[in-house]
Amino acid sequence: MEHLEFKFSVVGNATTAAQASAIVGVVGSGNLEVLIENEDLDGTCEVSIDTSIHRFGATWERVLADFVERHRLSNIRISINDGGATPAVVALRLDQAIADLLRGSR
Amino acid sequence: MPPRDRVMNRVALRYQSRIKRGAALANGKVVDAKDATALLEAVIEPGDRVCIEGNNQKHADFLSAALAAASPGKLNELHIVQSNIALPTHLDIFESGIARKLDFCYSGPQGLRLFNLIGEGKVEVGAIHTYLELYSRYFVDLSPHVSLIAAEMADREGNIYTGPNTEDTPAIAEATAFKSGVLIAQVNRVVDRLPRVDVPADWVSFVVPAPKPHYIEPIFTRDPAAITEVQILMAMMVIRGIYEKYSIATLNHGIGFDTAAIELILPTFAEELGLRGKICRYMSVNPCPTLIPAIESGFVEGIHCAGSELGMERYVAERSDVFFIGRDGSMRSNRVFCQLAGHYSDLFIGSTLQIDLEGNSSTATLDRITGFGGAPNFGSDSRGRRHNSKGWLMAGEEGRRDERAIPRGRKLVVQMVETFREGLTPTFVERLDAWSLMSTFKSPIPPVMIYGDDVTHIVTEEGIANLLLCRTLEEREQAIRSVAGYTAVGLGRDRRLVEQFRRRGVLVYPEDLGIDKRMATRDLLAARSIKDLVRWSGGLYDPPARFRNW
Repeated sequence: MEHLEFKFSVVGNATTAAQASAIVGVVGSGNLEVLIENEDLDGTCEVSIDTSIHRFGATWERVLADFVERHRLSNIRISINDGGATPAVVALRLDQAIADLLRGSR
Repeated sequence: MPPRDRVMNRVALRYQSRIKRGAALANGKVVDAKDATALLEAVIEPGDRVCIEGNNQKHADFLSAALAAASPGKLNELHIVQSNIALPTHLDIFESGIARKLDFCYSGPQGLRLFNLIGEGKVEVGAIHTYLELYSRYFVDLSPHVSLIAAEMADREGNIYTGPNTEDTPAIAEATAFKSGVLIAQVNRVVDRLPRVDVPADWVSFVVPAPKPHYIEPIFTRDPAAITEVQILMAMMVIRGIYEKYSIATLNHGIGFDTAAIELILPTFAEELGLRGKICRYMSVNPCPTLIPAIESGFVEGIHCAGSELGMERYVAERSDVFFIGRDGSMRSNRVFCQLAGHYSDLFIGSTLQIDLEGNSSTATLDRITGFGGAPNFGSDSRGRRHNSKGWLMAGEEGRRDERAIPRGRKLVVQMVETFREGLTPTFVERLDAWSLMSTFKSPIPPVMIYGDDVTHIVTEEGIANLLLCRTLEEREQAIRSVAGYTAVGLGRDRRLVEQFRRRGVLVYPEDLGIDKRMATRDLLAARSIKDLVRWSGGLYDPPARFRNW
């Protein structure tokens, strides 16, 4: 396993969440579990990742930076357990989780 | 005046002597399996053009093995002209020197060995063709002297019944029989009376009952259990962003899980959008089991098939409003007509292994020769088309650069790919591996499957790039980069262009189509397993054993 941590700050509105946290996905080969929590982090976003695939730190950082930027997120903690998902799956799970957090689980 | 004594029926005269030699081994037209190699040695002559029928599905495997067992002293320098190199025996004859030259379309599992044999100088490739191109050449400069075909049954006179896997047989049989070629059919059994006649006896030279039924592969069966949520998301984008937008009524689906995902959300996602009766009404495609829910729910109204699919025979036979069924009650497929029908439809959608910055795509990778099959015929603008449809006219209008240019329609050619394949291999590349293959084989052009200027849309998990709306090659490159995700090509995008592209519709993201990504789950699939497909079919679909996991 490899452990990664990132911190992002985006200038913009404070994120208004419909619920305190959202969790989507499962840890499995090619899949991942994403937990998103609304928390006072001085306007920043903090991400921690445990992944079974090593040496993809730079790609993780890009995927997450785009995600935070796309949704203009602040005060969000993201925890990821990854079983070797492609960036496509990671981006889909993140978008699904944030939709639940912002709009409420369906 | 030309000399009067010029002989202009040499091939026919040679046919007479070939038949005389073969008849010595036959009882009427029927030759025992044990004499198959002797028959081939008797009728084939060195240097002959020979076709061994076989495509993705059925194969004249017994006759292919019989040819491989021939003596290279008797048979040599043969020129093989056939669509598919799939069986080991197809290449054994090159290894042993029986055959030398090869004109073909597709090599699939034998791609690596073919690559090596070409390197050793044992195979001299004329060209890698598309299907329609090779079948056409059967009627120009590559008519077979001898063709070995595969069929279900023959009667004692030599009439042939192919069953639902008619596939390439009509094209091969006609090109051979009417150019004084020897037509030999391997059949699963000889019967007194056939259900129907697919090839008339007077075209057929010899019939060989094979000891085992011919090899046939369920190549178009996709287990819904393996469809991923990313594929479902892409399928949702295709339905909203392309099928709905252009009212796509006639189309061809390539094979793969991406298109299977589209088929399986027609009865759910597209139904909710009110698209039944408006999209996906007529298809040129094999009877893929994943189409069953879309057929049953009234989406797909008509299908013409290039081949059949194992297990689908009864289901298809009982849906004669949808499929092309003989008077006997079984389907007749036909690869040539299906390829033609698909070529003149509104849209082709398929996948590929590599796409470059111009949108050229290729399935050729460094160490193997795979060829093209039917994708280039389906996936190219049909410039001979004149009838119109909404989507065809819209695409033509979107692609029109100059207002003074004469108005015309245009086929939609869509490539649907994830930005990374297994093992995190990028689909988007600066340079196709096809270029390296070109130099390895001293070919004048790289083996491109679908040319960039034929591609109208590229769909990835990130969004849809509409290449019709790109005004320059630079814009086209940027549009492709903008859906290439986190590949090196994708990271090279000019981020400032993204918003402008979205305003112009060059770039369409799921949120621009009102797609809620939370709906992209397997719950959206009308069938989630093979068992579900059997249920949808009312028990008529009978999946092969290896797909029965319940």
